[in-house]
Amino acid sequence: MTKKEVLSVLVDNHSGVLARVASLFGRRGYNIDSLTVSATNDPDISRITIVVSGDEAVINQIISQTRKLEETRDIFALNDCRSLLRELLLVKLSANESKRSAIREVADIYGATIVDLSVDSMIVELTGAPSKIDAFLGVIGEYDIIEMCRTGITALERGIKK
Amino acid sequence: MLLTGAEIIAEVLIEQGATTIFGYPGGAVLNIYDALYEYRDKIRHIMTAHEEGASHAADGYARSTGKTGVVLATSGPGATNLVTGIATAYMDSVPLVALTGNVGTSLIGRDSFQEVYIAGITMPITKHNFVVRDVTQLADVLRDAFRIAQTGRCGPVLVDIPKDVTAAKTEFEPLGPVVIPQPALPAADDIRRAANDINQAARPIIYFGGGVVSSGAEVVLADLIHTANIPACHTIMGTGVIGDSDPLNLGMVGMHGCFTTNKAIDESDLVIAIGTRFSDRVALNTTAFAKHAKIIHIDIDPSEISKNVIAHASLIGDVGAILAAMLPMIAPAEHTEWRERITKWQTEDYVPEDSSEVLRPHQIVSTIARLAGEDAIIATDVGQHQMWAAQYCERTQPRSFLTSGGLGTMGFGYGAAIGAKIANPDRRVVHITGDGSFHMNLNEACTVVSYDLPIITVIVNNTVLGMVRQWQTVFYGGRYSSTSPERKTDFAKVAEGFGLSGVCVRTPAEFEKAFTQALADNKPIWIECLIDKDEKVLPMIPAGGTVRDMITK
Ligand SMILES: Cc1ncc(C[n+]2csc(CCOP(=O)(O)OP(=O)(O)O)c2C)c(N)n1
Repeated sequence: MTKKEVLSVLVDNHSGVLARVASLFGRRGYNIDSLTVSATNDPDISRITIVVSGDEAVINQIISQTRKLEETRDIFALNDCRSLLRELLLVKLSANESKRSAIREVADIYGATIVDLSVDSMIVELTGAPSKIDAFLGVIGEYDIIEMCRTGITALERGIKK
Repeated sequence: MLLTGAEIIAEVLIEQGATTIFGYPGGAVLNIYDALYEYRDKIRHIMTAHEEGASHAADGYARSTGKTGVVLATSGPGATNLVTGIATAYMDSVPLVALTGNVGTSLIGRDSFQEVYIAGITMPITKHNFVVRDVTQLADVLRDAFRIAQTGRCGPVLVDIPKDVTAAKTEFEPLGPVVIPQPALPAADDIRRAANDINQAARPIIYFGGGVVSSGAEVVLADLIHTANIPACHTIMGTGVIGDSDPLNLGMVGMHGCFTTNKAIDESDLVIAIGTRFSDRVALNTTAFAKHAKIIHIDIDPSEISKNVIAHASLIGDVGAILAAMLPMIAPAEHTEWRERITKWQTEDYVPEDSSEVLRPHQIVSTIARLAGEDAIIATDVGQHQMWAAQYCERTQPRSFLTSGGLGTMGFGYGAAIGAKIANPDRRVVHITGDGSFHMNLNEACTVVSYDLPIITVIVNNTVLGMVRQWQTVFYGGRYSSTSPERKTDFAKVAEGFGLSGVCVRTPAEFEKAFTQALADNKPIWIECLIDKDEKVLPMIPAGGTVRDMITK
């Protein structure tokens, strides 16, 4: 049964680490849905958050193959209920004066902010759980989307790990 | 002491025990070669005809000794010529350190002359790789490379060093050889549970591979097999670990394994897989493989567990240490009924027919095994001759059969034989090759001659790319597309041109005479054996098939 899994990978903060992880995924034919990399509070360590899909055997392989990389310090799957998943969306909509207030109404409901406005377009920003972003896009898709960009998921486990 | 990067490379090689290295010079490694001139009494450098040959030689050196092989190449084309050798070592888990020069740091990334991003190219075929941009990091990176190559599941590590780093100076502190951390033993309870499973099994079978060789676990494995009378079989990488004359050794398993071996796996109730990875040449059909059996997998690499075939239990760690811990818990057993069934199947095993008129491949290999003796090291290329060599080579020691198991690299054999002979000057080294494979690396004859290496090369010449042609016969209705190259190579003359001798033989008697003479002469030689182009490797199970699909004629 195919499922989606969010993996958090802590790696040495070297140039080339991302290429190595990507090369591993490419070579073994693993499917990446999204991937984000960023610094952590420790300057020696970066965090890669990867969303992958596959059956349980595939996901176990992804974890153990990634763990084998020299630069991997830790890798774990983030449990849905015990983790916070966030994503940022920027969407540019074609919006003349007549549509603006309707879009603003939708944005307000979702807690999205209008961050840019021109004569015939606007850019809306929304941060939240990926499902919330999907839902927002479902509604806002009624309007004419000119361009959009999602950052991919970034995530942390709640509480302190024992 | 204040040393240049090039001198640091030499110092670290000595410190890590790498006093023989294989390589080929060039502009980007001039500083290193200049230092090697200075260190020539302490580091022996073997120059091959081609960097690929150097990489296979370093690999053969490592496979035959268990030490880490070292290969050195210049930037650009020198580095890319290593790729096949590195991939070969990666697939067979051979400890190898590949050093490549690169253009100066100020030229990197500008498509400079002879610049390639070799770290990027080799990422998927190395355990790890480094680009050293600062001479102060060089010594530690090199030490790390040796540590990683030998830790856990062994493998190749590449270190790319720009030219200016080899010229720059820094303080160097000598250290001892890196300490290789021993993996922890699995929990005692897990070992006990596995031992209980083994004690309770009615039809157990051991299936082992190259991991037993890497771990040096052959003695404890033999103890386990004999204590509980468990039949054992092996992959091509496990050849030589248990002698063929041992009645509990059922021989090679898989695509070209015996009927009995594959049948025994099929009917077993417990498969104990040791230092092996259920590749598609063994578990041809992963869902049908040992379908009545519980599978216990013992391996050093956790990512191998349930990768291809689901294991019911696993023990992760050094296989020798695990088997040693398990052995006292193993109850002596006879498994009489199981063994009798196996003995009965053995009467149905494929047996090739001898001939006194024409050379048959199994006779060539058996003659080599008999005349060269148990201590000889056999290196092969890839194709039918490789499988015949594996089936009939009768090795009784690990590290005495060198073959490219995982990658199947034509062109591996001559280089590997060179590395093995350099590492084992007192042992016989026989290189068994095919006419196709040999055309890929016979240039290394110049190396064999220059260093006066008495390697006997036996060319099993069927005039065709036999293994591919066999597949065309069986699966493509005899449409022989590009497998009959119609080459006119006169091997004896080519040998002469390189400065060694060559003979051509057509009958078993001629071969026996030529081989006996070659052993007596103890000089490099090529013996070309003409065989029929329709000889097949038998038995054969087609890819994805089971023992029921076995082809025997
Ligand atoms: C470098 C490389 N190229 C292609 C192949 C595919 N291949 C496998 S076996 C084989 C034929 C080998 O012919 P030969 O060396 O004459 O041995 P034979 O099978 O005739 O004994 C080929 C082409 C390979 N294994 N390696």
